[in-house]
Amino acid sequence: MTGPNVMKLTFSARSENEAFARIAVAAFVSQLDPTLDELNDLKTAVSEAVTNAIIHGYDSDPSRQVTIEASIDKDTVNISVSDEGQGIEDMELARQPLYTSKPELERSGMGFTIMENFMDHFEVESAAGVGTRVVMTKRIESKKALYN
Amino acid sequence: MSLQTELEHYRNVLIVRLHGELDHHTANIVRLKMEEALMRDNVRHVILSLKHLQFMDSSGLGVILGRYKQVKGKGGKMAVCDVNPGVRRLFELSGLFKILTEHDNERNAIASLEVVS
Repeated sequence: MTGPNVMKLTFSARSENEAFARIAVAAFVSQLDPTLDELNDLKTAVSEAVTNAIIHGYDSDPSRQVTIEASIDKDTVNISVSDEGQGIEDMELARQPLYTSKPELERSGMGFTIMENFMDHFEVESAAGVGTRVVMTKRIESKKALYN
Repeated sequence: MSLQTELEHYRNVLIVRLHGELDHHTANIVRLKMEEALMRDNVRHVILSLKHLQFMDSSGLGVILGRYKQVKGKGGKMAVCDVNPGVRRLFELSGLFKILTEHDNERNAIASLEVVS
């Protein structure tokens, strides 16, 4: 295999696409033969990032678009989820467990905490008025033996 | 991907069976159905029966926390049963097990609530 294997997906910021996004990423990653737990972790993290983009980035405006880029490099999956929405003003506050800017929508405030815990590496880049990009990485253990 | 919500009333307990995937898209319908059922005077406790819940994310945590507040306001309790490993991880991470009890199945969950009611 030469170089990473990549995919890119752009879709409308509609809530019905949350399931599509996590299933598409799971299907792409399935070639690494992940365990069910690993797949569930990835699906949950993608679901959180896409939901954030739709609700917070775009304030649920379905005319906007969310982009997912994923790559597989040996046994590691890199996923980025980006929007061109309003961005995060106070990153430190946003990353606190249980904090939500939209309590009226019954948000739990656990999205970032879940992404941090379910993935091996996680970072957020955001600029007010420009957008937000979440980058996360996970090593798929089940294939590790092949590359060690 | 969709979610089916099945509600059953047993004495003063509302049993909520979720089939499918609970995310931001499907959370609202669960919220509306449960809110309405919880407005009935004879409903005091809630059991979330999650044997057929295949996926849940933080939007699910939000809707459960919201209903927990509603149940607590009525002096009731909330229990969960048949929780799969993925969903359990989310419950543990969010500290939800501090406010609701976990049981192996619906029968045990009902038994635990009948003791407290």
